[in-house]
Amino acid sequence: MTAMPATMRLVGRDVPRVEDAALIRGRGRFVDDIAPPGLLHAAFLRSPHAHAAIAHIDTEAARALPGVHAVFTLDDLAPHLNDTRLVVALPSPAYRQELHRPVLAQTEVVHVGEAVAVVIAESRHLAEDAAALVEVEYDPLPPVADCVAALEPDAPTAHRDASSNLAAELVLEYGAVDAVFATAPHRFAEHLSIHRGGSHSMECRGVVARPDPLEDRLTVWSSTQTPHTAHRLLCDLLGLDERAIRVITPDVGGGFGPKLIFYPEEVVVTLAARLLGRPVKWIEDRGEHFVATTQERDQSWDVELATDGEGRILGLRGTLVHDHGAWTARGVNIPQGAVSAMPLPYVVPAFRMAMKVAVTNKVPTTPVRGAGQPQGVFAMERLLDRAARGLGIDRGEIRRRNLVPGERMPYATPLKTRGGMQVVLDSGDYPRCQAMALEGADWAGFPERQRAARAQGRYLGIGVANYVEGTGRGPFEHVSVRIEPSGRIVVATGAAAMGQSTHTMLAQLVAEQLGGDMSRVQVIAGDTAAAPMGIGGSNSRQAVLAGSSAHVAATRVREKVLHVAATMLEAAEGDLEIEGDAVQVKGVPEMKVTLAAVARAVAGTPGFAIPGGRGPGLAASEEVVIDAMAYANGTAVAEVEVDAETGGVTINNLVFAHDCGNALHPRIVDGQLMGGIAHGIGNALFEHMRYDEEAQPTSTTLADYLLVTATEMPPVRILHMHSPTPLNPLGIKGVGEAGVIPVPAAIASAIEDALSPFGVRIAQVPLSPVDLLALIDPQASGSAA
Amino acid sequence: MTARRIALTVNGARHEAETPVRQHLADFLRGTLGLTGTHLGCEHGVCGACTVLLDGRAVRACLILAVQAEGRSVTTVEGLAPDNGPLHPLQAAFCANHGLQCGFCTPGMLTTLAEFLKDSPDPTEEEVRVAISGNLCRCTGYDSIVAATMEAARALREARA
Amino acid sequence: MKPAPFAYHDPRSIEEVLDLLASLDNARLLAGGQSLMPMLNMRVAFPDHLIDLNRVEGLTGIMEEGGSIRIGAMTRQRDIEESEVIRARLPLLAEALSHVGHRQTRNRGTIGGSLCNLDPSAELVAVATALDAVLEVQGSAGIRELSIHDFPVGFMTPALAPEEMLTAIRLPVPPAGHGTAFTEFARRHGDYAIVSAAVLLVLEGSRIARASLTLGGVGAGPLRLRTAEAMLVGGAPSEATFGAAAAECAGIEAMSDPQAPAWYRRRLSAVLTRRALETAAARAAV
Repeated sequence: MTAMPATMRLVGRDVPRVEDAALIRGRGRFVDDIAPPGLLHAAFLRSPHAHAAIAHIDTEAARALPGVHAVFTLDDLAPHLNDTRLVVALPSPAYRQELHRPVLAQTEVVHVGEAVAVVIAESRHLAEDAAALVEVEYDPLPPVADCVAALEPDAPTAHRDASSNLAAELVLEYGAVDAVFATAPHRFAEHLSIHRGGSHSMECRGVVARPDPLEDRLTVWSSTQTPHTAHRLLCDLLGLDERAIRVITPDVGGGFGPKLIFYPEEVVVTLAARLLGRPVKWIEDRGEHFVATTQERDQSWDVELATDGEGRILGLRGTLVHDHGAWTARGVNIPQGAVSAMPLPYVVPAFRMAMKVAVTNKVPTTPVRGAGQPQGVFAMERLLDRAARGLGIDRGEIRRRNLVPGERMPYATPLKTRGGMQVVLDSGDYPRCQAMALEGADWAGFPERQRAARAQGRYLGIGVANYVEGTGRGPFEHVSVRIEPSGRIVVATGAAAMGQSTHTMLAQLVAEQLGGDMSRVQVIAGDTAAAPMGIGGSNSRQAVLAGSSAHVAATRVREKVLHVAATMLEAAEGDLEIEGDAVQVKGVPEMKVTLAAVARAVAGTPGFAIPGGRGPGLAASEEVVIDAMAYANGTAVAEVEVDAETGGVTINNLVFAHDCGNALHPRIVDGQLMGGIAHGIGNALFEHMRYDEEAQPTSTTLADYLLVTATEMPPVRILHMHSPTPLNPLGIKGVGEAGVIPVPAAIASAIEDALSPFGVRIAQVPLSPVDLLALIDPQASGSAA
Repeated sequence: MTARRIALTVNGARHEAETPVRQHLADFLRGTLGLTGTHLGCEHGVCGACTVLLDGRAVRACLILAVQAEGRSVTTVEGLAPDNGPLHPLQAAFCANHGLQCGFCTPGMLTTLAEFLKDSPDPTEEEVRVAISGNLCRCTGYDSIVAATMEAARALREARA
Repeated sequence: MKPAPFAYHDPRSIEEVLDLLASLDNARLLAGGQSLMPMLNMRVAFPDHLIDLNRVEGLTGIMEEGGSIRIGAMTRQRDIEESEVIRARLPLLAEALSHVGHRQTRNRGTIGGSLCNLDPSAELVAVATALDAVLEVQGSAGIRELSIHDFPVGFMTPALAPEEMLTAIRLPVPPAGHGTAFTEFARRHGDYAIVSAAVLLVLEGSRIARASLTLGGVGAGPLRLRTAEAMLVGGAPSEATFGAAAAECAGIEAMSDPQAPAWYRRRLSAVLTRRALETAAARAAV
């Protein structure tokens, strides 16, 4: 299953996860499990309006409630802040206006759920009681509920002082697109829309901040994917030096994107703890998660594909309107990622996509697992299906003709990343991967299955989608490896764990070099006091970046251990091996010296030389810099049955063939893929974050916003290819987001195929049974509701 | 009127404590007793993370008031296996099958399945899926949980035989 | 997401409950709590008093009495689902219960709580309507009996006076030669149905002697399809008969909500009615 060298004893194998021992007994420590003595609880008062001016805030009644310690508005907090805004936007020349969100709304609210005030009380119950007593006088303003309508010339503006709703505009292009289209023999156009969803980690967000008067330091536990970013921003906003704040990520109950953002609650809770001199906790509840945690995916696409008579792509062009939400909480990376994902698997000679990023009175959008790529893949794959049908070519075949051939790897595309670097597809064999998926799904035998089913009045369909994903976004991740005088191995990293087995991955890589016993390795991830710098969890990056740093650092420590031990044992380095807690002479295990002894020998004794002559300590710190992204790829094939009477969809089979290079831990790779696939099924059929025309969210419970459960999961088969990337020493590519990317496109393709007797064209996800029945029988839906 | 003293058995040990009457059982277990293994994912009865056994039956602890547990017996994830003893077969199978990633939904899955396997010692995969259809997991896609449950069911049957 | 303050009462007898109901303002009865507790946690319900029925004597149990099954209002859904008597005598109820929520909610949820909550999509309301349930309602003046058909008086509003409570439900056991079926369309397993259909057919020889068709989820309350029932009685069970009866759904009043518009509910109603009729007829014929 794995392509890792067979000589490795841990890496590439399904070793037990180090995370499980605590989690399986309910002994994990999530942010809500942290309860320092004297703890106070925060509740936020949030806007019920999508857009309104704040005329007045009266906190008197709330302050008077017994058990309430403080009620803060921005007026109260501003004197203690260096800036009242969160300036977090990624750099880009594309912005047309600055939309830095405030720490708390002060004069205007721009989405339902925006925090206006915070109550700190003895219990969460009391804090919520008091929040209900805060009186805010709102003057409602016209809301902007739709990103396309937002850009109409006479649209109201989502921010009352803005001159327009255009947050940013940018174009990604190469080649003579219009000339290609002018002469192309075939053109296929589509209008597509993809709707909003959330990440919905099972653990919502949360912050605990504790002032420590003995150390004159604030310790902040946050359920975040980016503790170092939070640390930087907290220091900046509160005007404190780096040592005065320590940010720790405890166990994190899933992230899936939105937890990489720095949020107002993190600074408000930290400042409240500082002002009150007491620990303060805020745990986001699910209702808040629906209106205060960032979301994604609302996009409207107009795209056109030019091909020759054999279905070979000549050019691709179009426009994209992206719903930015009300603030810039990250940047323009989602539309950029969406558009970049379109051509990646294929040879596309000419390309232009113009993106407009529209401000709306909704929760800001930032990456959710997949980060724009599911949308881009959906657009590309819908166009290829359209072309296949128009040209009478099999849908698998038209893709095969256009996939970047294996022999052209590495393939330098004309595309550029958001950092301006050229996109070079480093490795892989995309046509072979697709062939594997099609064969696994018995694509060739499907027409017969479809015919047999139709004879019984049943509608089966099959669909395929390809993706190529840039993983392991650089530039680096910090990892240090140190053997303590106890002989234990401590690994500290800027990477952040959120359920994706980061501790196991690092322990595996380090133990591989240092004795093979993972139980001797302690991994500290997500603690700014343990790692001087870090970027954190996003972009399917941590195995690639942190894994590479860990591997190199551990290898350097190993070299030093062997060198020092050779001196101590009076043996040749080449004759030594590290086994468990000791270095021994190969074949003569009684000739050994413990790691503890080696560590102590180089810890230094006053007046004596350090043995080995390579300086003190057994430690190495690495930030392997990898700018180029490692491109993973895959193909999803879905087979569905649609009940043409109800619009209900059953996925009968899903095959997912993929290539993430070497697999550090095959079972974890499968686990990551399966989670992504489930999320993709949700995006295709279930998850729809609904807003009404006043931008009021209408799916704000988990009974309304539907996450896939065990009974909705189809039989899934995962097939593996291993094309190691030359870009990192482990030959690995990221896998955290892969599963979600092609699944909506494959399911849409399958549904369209199933409903071809009705002439149905699928141009959106998610697809509800109501949507499908309306497509099957347009007259039914046209009749009076 | 706003608080009451209650006595109940949790994981085999008797506890007496005062609780606000409006506090649900999950907050009581977590906050008052410090048993933080029971997690809260939605507090509106959908996600299943807070599932505990009340007199042996799987229930959502966010939908029961602590005062309603007066005199009852509660089992949480911490009570599935002795403190330093071997894991419950479900726990062992979850670890062996990568049935948990972030681990947040895991306590609710385990308690739900512990009851289920008592009632249905020889289930089909489909029955397992129905049994956990009230427990949301965002990490695993559920297959590994189903596989773990089938393995645990086998182990439990063999132990009984 | 924590409840607003309330006073908590846990009476032990029906008389105590009735006394509390008579003396307290803005009181709510707490049955299984699977609907009320989320509303409390989300602060969309604000009772000043919560009267917990879970320790009240005499509200649970399943008993066959004459031609009916009597179920105490506080009987847990799970106990009903697994009851041998119910499975043998009222399989429609057991079938419907397998669609009600999940294991954890049925372990706690009660039949009386579900009926009084009167969610338009509630499976138990549709089944009680299809089976012509009789409700026992107790107040300070004593016990009165109420037909399920007179129970809903508005959207999620039962015909209960503020000082009354539901104590039991009686379901007449259909005669031999009957077949029942419950079909529903929900987005996911265990979700409230968008539309459900509960059907009872009694066959005599090759003719339909009695038909009962009830839809859930289409309007504010359960919808008994009397016209379609009349069309079926006297006819032979056949695709054409069932199709014609199901076609009656085209004219029903249906509600629209963010999940499904009225036209979709009407379409589902016809499809589910037809499918339920076919299944019920097949079961009756066995």
